[in-house]
Amino acid sequence: MANFYTDNPDLKHHLTHPLMRKIVELKERQYSDAEKFDYAPYNFDDAMDNYDKVLEIVGDICGEIIAPNAEDVDHQGPRVENGRVIYADGTQVNLDACRKAGLMGMSMPRRLGGLNFPITPYIMAADIVSRADTGFENLWGLQDCAETIYEFADEEQKQKFIPRVCAGETMSMDLTEPDAGSDLQSVMLKASQLEDGTWVLNGVKRFITNGDADIHLVLARSEEGTKDGRGLSMFIYDKRDGGVTVRRIENKMGIKGSPTCELVYKNAKAELCGSRRLGLIKYVMALMNGARLGIAAQSVGCSELAYREALQYAKERMQFGKAIIEFPAVYEMLATMKAKLDASRSLLYETARYVDLYKVYDDIAKERPLTPEEKKEAKYYSKLADACTPLAKGLGSEYANQNAYDCIQIHGGSGFMKDYACERLYRDTRITSIYEGTTQLQVVAAIRHVTSGTINTLIDSYRAQLAAGEPLKPELEAVKVRLEAIVEKYQAALASVVEKKDQTLVDFMGRRLVEMAGSIVMSYLLLLDAQRNDSFTKSCIVYGNLTDALVAQHCEFIAGFTPAEIDTYKA
Amino acid sequence: MSLNIIVLAKQVPDTRNVGKDAMKEDGTINRAALPAIFNPEDLNALEQALRLKDANPGSTVTMLTMGLPRASEIIREAIYRGADRGVVLTDRCLGGADTLATSYSLAQAVKKMEGYDIILGGRQAIDGDTAQVGPQIAEKLGIPQVTYAEEILDCKDGHVIVKRRLEHGVETVKAPLPCVVTVTGSADECRPRNAQRVCKFKYAASPTEKNALSEEAAKRADSRCPDIIQEWNAAFVEADPEQIGFPGSPTKVKAIENVVFTAKESRRLENNDEQLEELIQELIANHTIG
Repeated sequence: MANFYTDNPDLKHHLTHPLMRKIVELKERQYSDAEKFDYAPYNFDDAMDNYDKVLEIVGDICGEIIAPNAEDVDHQGPRVENGRVIYADGTQVNLDACRKAGLMGMSMPRRLGGLNFPITPYIMAADIVSRADTGFENLWGLQDCAETIYEFADEEQKQKFIPRVCAGETMSMDLTEPDAGSDLQSVMLKASQLEDGTWVLNGVKRFITNGDADIHLVLARSEEGTKDGRGLSMFIYDKRDGGVTVRRIENKMGIKGSPTCELVYKNAKAELCGSRRLGLIKYVMALMNGARLGIAAQSVGCSELAYREALQYAKERMQFGKAIIEFPAVYEMLATMKAKLDASRSLLYETARYVDLYKVYDDIAKERPLTPEEKKEAKYYSKLADACTPLAKGLGSEYANQNAYDCIQIHGGSGFMKDYACERLYRDTRITSIYEGTTQLQVVAAIRHVTSGTINTLIDSYRAQLAAGEPLKPELEAVKVRLEAIVEKYQAALASVVEKKDQTLVDFMGRRLVEMAGSIVMSYLLLLDAQRNDSFTKSCIVYGNLTDALVAQHCEFIAGFTPAEIDTYKA
Repeated sequence: MSLNIIVLAKQVPDTRNVGKDAMKEDGTINRAALPAIFNPEDLNALEQALRLKDANPGSTVTMLTMGLPRASEIIREAIYRGADRGVVLTDRCLGGADTLATSYSLAQAVKKMEGYDIILGGRQAIDGDTAQVGPQIAEKLGIPQVTYAEEILDCKDGHVIVKRRLEHGVETVKAPLPCVVTVTGSADECRPRNAQRVCKFKYAASPTEKNALSEEAAKRADSRCPDIIQEWNAAFVEADPEQIGFPGSPTKVKAIENVVFTAKESRRLENNDEQLEELIQELIANHTIG
C-alpha cells in the first residue's frame, strides 16, 4: 500500500507554508464558489483539506500504479502506427487512472471543470508523479498548457477546450523545429489565413513531447516575409480536425515512455490563440515559465527517488561486515544528496508560491481593477517568480543529475546493471537539465536578477522574516551567522564583476554567480524550514557547509581571474 | 436500461499486514491491532458495478454493509470512487453473527430496498474466507447466483453475461436478472478515488457521525450530501431476533490452533531430465502445479 504523498512528510511541510493562507484566500475569492459548486471549499482549512485529500489520491496512484508500471513502460515504450502514437500499455493504464481520479486540469477554474487548485499543490502533484515515473510526468504535466489557453485565448476557446482537458484529454506544445531549438525565433512552420478567415498550418515540428496529443498549442509564422520572433503567433490545433500526422518518434536515452514526435502539418486547420505576433514574445514566454516550473518539480521528483533508492541500498548492502551506510564516505554522500534534495524542493515551492501570487492577481485583474497596493504586490511577486523560476529549474535539475549519479555510485557495480531502478533514473533524469531551456539558458534568464539586485531583495526579505519570527533555535544560530559572512563574500565578488561593465565577463562568470546566488537563497530557505520544522535541521547544516565551500571556491576563481584570460578559453 | 445495483461490502481487519498481536489469547481477532480496510474483493465487485453504471446511464449503485457504525468509512470510500449512496446495517443484536445469520440479516436489508436488478459482492472477505455470504443471500432471496465472476461482459434484455474464473479455465454464463454475482480478486482493480467526488462527499456522514459533528459541519453535510449514508437496525429490516446475531448463528468456534508447516518427507532426485520430468508429471497429477 505505497503512497508517495503520505510516506513523505516533507511535502506536507511545504504545503502548509504560512504564505498559503494568502494564496488560497485570493485564489478562492473569499470562498465564493462554495455556493455555486458542491465541491468548492467553505474556508481556508477546508481548502487545505481538499489539497491534502487530493494529493493523497495522487500519492496512491503513484505508489500503486504508476511506479510499478515504470520499468515496463521504459522497456516497451510507445510506437507509431499509421501516423498515430500508441502508448506503452502501462502508460495507457496510468493515463486512465489519472483521468478517472480527475487529476487533469487541476488548476483550472471550476466553471470550466477544474479543481481550481493553486499552482503550489499542483506542482506538488508533479513532484510526486515524477518520483513514480519521470517520463509519465511529462504526459500528465502537459495539462499545464491549459493555463496558457486560460490566460490568453478568448472565452469561446476556453469553453471549447478547457473542459476537455479537465475531462482527461492530453496536450502538447509544438514549438521546436529541426532548425529552431533553443532559438525559437527561427520557427518556420507556416500559418496561412484562408479567404473565409480560417487558419491552416503547414510544415514540420520536431522533438514534440506527446506530439499526438488531443489538443496542441502551436507556434507558427503567421506574418509572411518576417524572420524574427515578432512574426510568430500561437495557434490551437484540435486533433479532431485532422491534418497532423506523426512521422516518427525519437529513440531516446531516457524518459522512453514519453513519445517525442516529429510532426507533419498538411493544411491542418487551427485557431489563432490571442493576438497575432505575440506568439513567441508573450505567450510562449508564459508557457515556458510554467513548463520550467514543471521541470523543476520533475527534477525534485528525480532527486527524491535517487535519494530513497540510494538510502535503501546503503542500509541493506553489507560489506566488511557492516552496512555500507556506516562508512563515512557513504553517509557523507547520502547527507549531501538529501541536502540538495531538500534545498531544491524548498526553492521549488517558494517559486510556486510566488507564481501563485502573481498569477492570481493577474486573474483578479480580469474581474476588477486592482488596488494600488495589490498592483504593487503583483509586481513584486511577478519579479520574484521570474528570478526564482530559472534558479529552481537550472539548479534543481543539476542537483537531480548529481543525485542520480551518486545513487548509482552508492549501488556500486550493481548500479551499472539494468537490475535496479537507479539505472533508469539516471537516464530519465538526464533530460531535465536540457529541455525547456538548458541550464546554460537558465543562467542567462537568472543572471539579470542577480546583477540587478532582485536576489539581494529576496535575501533581505528572508533576513527580515528570520528577524521577525520566533528567536532562532540555538542549533541554527551558527548557520545564520555563517550565512551572513557568505552573503558578504558573494556580494563583494558580484560587485567586482559588475563594476567592470563588461557583458562578456558577466556572461562568462554567469554560472558561478547564479550558483552562488541560488545556493544562498536555498540556504536561507532551509534555515526558515528548519526553524519551522526540526526535521530540516540536518539538511540546513549540511547545505550551509556546501554553500560556504561553493561560494569560497567561486569567489576565489573570480578574484584570481583577469578579463584578458577569456580569450584563452575561446574555441 | 438503467439499473438498480447493490454492492455488498465489508469492513475487515487488514489481515495482509498482520503483526504479532493480531490475535487475542482466546483465538479471536484483535481488531484494535489491525487497521480496518475495505475488503479487497468487494472493491473488485464495486468496479464491476461502476462499469455497469457507466454503460447504463441513469443507474445507481447502492452500497450495503453490516458492521459497526464506523463501517460508514467504507461506504464513503465507495462513494469517492463512484457509488451513489449506502446503508450501514448496524445493531448490537446483529453482533457475533456467522454466515447464516449475516446473510439472513443482509437479505432482510435488501428486501427493504426499493427494488434491485443485480447484487454484486466480493467472493469472500479476508477475515473469514468463507465465500458463503453472497450465495446464501441469493438463496434467501430466491434468485440465481453467479460465483467466481471475473468480468461482467454484458447486461441487457433482463440478462447478465458473466465470465467466471474457475480452477481449470474460464466459463461464460448467462443469468436472468435479478441475480447475485460474486467477484474474484483476479477481476480488474477498482478505479481510484475521484478528486471532485472526494472534495464533495467528504461531508457525507452517517447519523452516528453527524451526531459527533459541530453544528456547522452537520449543516454542510446536510446541504452537500444529505442522507446518502443511512443506518438501519434489525427492527427496521424486520429481522427475526431468533435468526440474527448469536442466537441465529449455529456455527461455534470450538478451538483455534496455530499451524506450523514443517517438512515431512524429502526426496532426492538425480540431476537428469527423466527424473525431473517424472516429478513435474507427478506435481501436475496431484494439482500442485498446472
